[in-house]
Amino acid sequence: MAASLRCFLRSGKVTVTVRDALNQAMDEELERDERVFLLGEEVAQYDGAYKVSRGLWKKYGDKRIIDTPISEMGFAGIAVGAAMAGLRPICEFMTFNFSMQAIDQVINSAAKTCYMSAGLQAVPIVFRGPNGASAGVAAQHSQCFAAWYAHCPGLKVVSPWNSEDAKGLLKSSIRDDNPVVFLENELLYGVPFEMSEEAQSKDFTIPIGKAKVERAGSHITLVSHSRYVGHCLDAAAVLAKEGIECEVINLRTIRPMDVESIEASVMKTNHLVTVEGGWPQFGVGAEICARIMEGSAFNYLDSPVTRVTGVDIPMPYAKILEDHSLPQIKDIIFSVKKTLNV
Amino acid sequence: RVVVSRSFADFTPQATFDIKKCDLHQLEEGPPLKAELTRDQGLQYYRTMQTVRRMELKADQLYKQKIIRGFCHLYDGQEACAAGIEASINPTDHLITAYRAHGYTYTRGVSIKEILAELTGRKGGVAKGKGGSMHMYAPHFYGGNGIVGAQVPLGAGIALACQYQGNNQLCVTLYGDGAANQGQLFESFNMAALWKLPCIFICENNKYGMGTSVERASASIDYYKRGDFIPGIRVDGMDVLCVREATKFAADHCRSGKGPIVMELQTYRYHGHSMSDPGVSYRTREEIQEVRTKSDPISMLKERMLSNNMASVEEFKEIDVDIRKQVEEPPLEDLCNHIFYNNPPLEVRGTNPWSKLKSVS
Repeated sequence: MAASLRCFLRSGKVTVTVRDALNQAMDEELERDERVFLLGEEVAQYDGAYKVSRGLWKKYGDKRIIDTPISEMGFAGIAVGAAMAGLRPICEFMTFNFSMQAIDQVINSAAKTCYMSAGLQAVPIVFRGPNGASAGVAAQHSQCFAAWYAHCPGLKVVSPWNSEDAKGLLKSSIRDDNPVVFLENELLYGVPFEMSEEAQSKDFTIPIGKAKVERAGSHITLVSHSRYVGHCLDAAAVLAKEGIECEVINLRTIRPMDVESIEASVMKTNHLVTVEGGWPQFGVGAEICARIMEGSAFNYLDSPVTRVTGVDIPMPYAKILEDHSLPQIKDIIFSVKKTLNV
Repeated sequence: RVVVSRSFADFTPQATFDIKKCDLHQLEEGPPLKAELTRDQGLQYYRTMQTVRRMELKADQLYKQKIIRGFCHLYDGQEACAAGIEASINPTDHLITAYRAHGYTYTRGVSIKEILAELTGRKGGVAKGKGGSMHMYAPHFYGGNGIVGAQVPLGAGIALACQYQGNNQLCVTLYGDGAANQGQLFESFNMAALWKLPCIFICENNKYGMGTSVERASASIDYYKRGDFIPGIRVDGMDVLCVREATKFAADHCRSGKGPIVMELQTYRYHGHSMSDPGVSYRTREEIQEVRTKSDPISMLKERMLSNNMASVEEFKEIDVDIRKQVEEPPLEDLCNHIFYNNPPLEVRGTNPWSKLKSVS
């Protein structure tokens, strides 16, 4: 007991769940800048539908943490208007599936305004909430919106994986003067990750637009975002036993995409597999393929890029069907071996 | 005996006018039935409305010459709304409207030059040519919004920012009779009332949503009642004094912390919905003409002032000439000027031996 305590004190690391990391980020930014406030369904007195905003209403009160009625289009528009008039709102969608009701406000009122006004009118807003598949919530509650939002100029689209990502990227998003779509993942909320001492600081931010190499490797590059970064690392561990060393890149930001990091890796490994939970057509992987083809790394590829994606169907309910609708670790391993022709 | 020409002191400096009573919803009392107008105010309102009128008519011409492209929604006929509202709020208050926005862009402080430059896609435009007709912005003016009804939640959000910052400012949020049936309006009404946001929701009811008359679009055309639990007033939108008094009343309501209020301005647009719409397939020319002769906002103000000896016909003409200078192309009389610097006037030959033109420095 004493030995582990000494270890803890020496390394300075703690384990923090993604939920708590997001909570810390919002707490710190609310404290730092009085223009920051949070609105959404159940964010205040319920402590958040997924408890991400736990304790914030108690600490900051009605003015800064606002419960809204079930009116996505209305409250998203209100949040955008507040951002136009000098505040820095965090607008929570209970899940991004519900953001479809409000998507006009996100795209036409938030994303395009800086451009249409030639820089006169900024919209410093963060739209955040869980994105993509959960567990057993079926078709209407499981869609991944990364590709939809990343399609649009004027938006920044961020997709954290672990707790450090969640905290550092959310803080950066809140401090950014532009509309940011912050895609969380419900299945990751309860997962604990190590957080370095640096990441525990109130000033810790991670820059938007920069990917991270989570694992170095020489044989093949795996690029992913959000939950599937973990799947890639698990697949890499299995493949390492067979002598295949995967380089795993965590995109962290979907738009603007850090294509340079992917290219640098591909120029080293000559093989690329993209992994995402969303549907294949017009998706994140499709964009990566196009960008690699257009750039200098294309000449370094020894085989075409492989996309590992969700199955091209609405999400089924039954567990066995749901499990087979999303990339599993064995799918990644299979795709790596096919790409390497082993 | 010295003959004294008509001087400034001859005019009535101030007069009181009867204005139409407003219909009320969820209110015991409404705006006053009389409005005071000073000479200076009258001339200023006239100038504002006439400027908007001339600017819109010029935009019509420029559009037909293909110098303005895309969408162009003109405001002529509705000038009393923009002028009356601006007369009753502070420059530090906020305003947001939909796409029929040129009038408000002007009343909120953008120059004619910057508006016309934006409409014609020039770098000197208020949005550097990136926005166009529907996307012009200024401090405390949030456009100019292309998606019908989307500006209403935005306006409620601006009001929330005013409340949050405790600055005693309010937001005027405008929409049309067509947008009045958008669901997001009712979401905004609900939240604005719940949180007592300082928001004046104003429906500019010009009787037609594009080609659809109000009777064909709305189960209830009492737009001032549509806020349900939010008090409302229905206002004669062709009378600038009526609009001013009603908006003052609404502003007081908001600033006193009572929450939002809905105003319906009954107004009319002379042009079609946009420059692509002739505007006569769904309404008669007689109807348009009748409004022009009986209810034109600029004529009504002018007649009021003249019949009360508050200004002279010449003064109004001077204002008209001055406005034209800013909006119109150069007059033909200026054709030969500025050949020389600091020179006495000279005669210039025209296109033929009998055409003698004049040039001044």
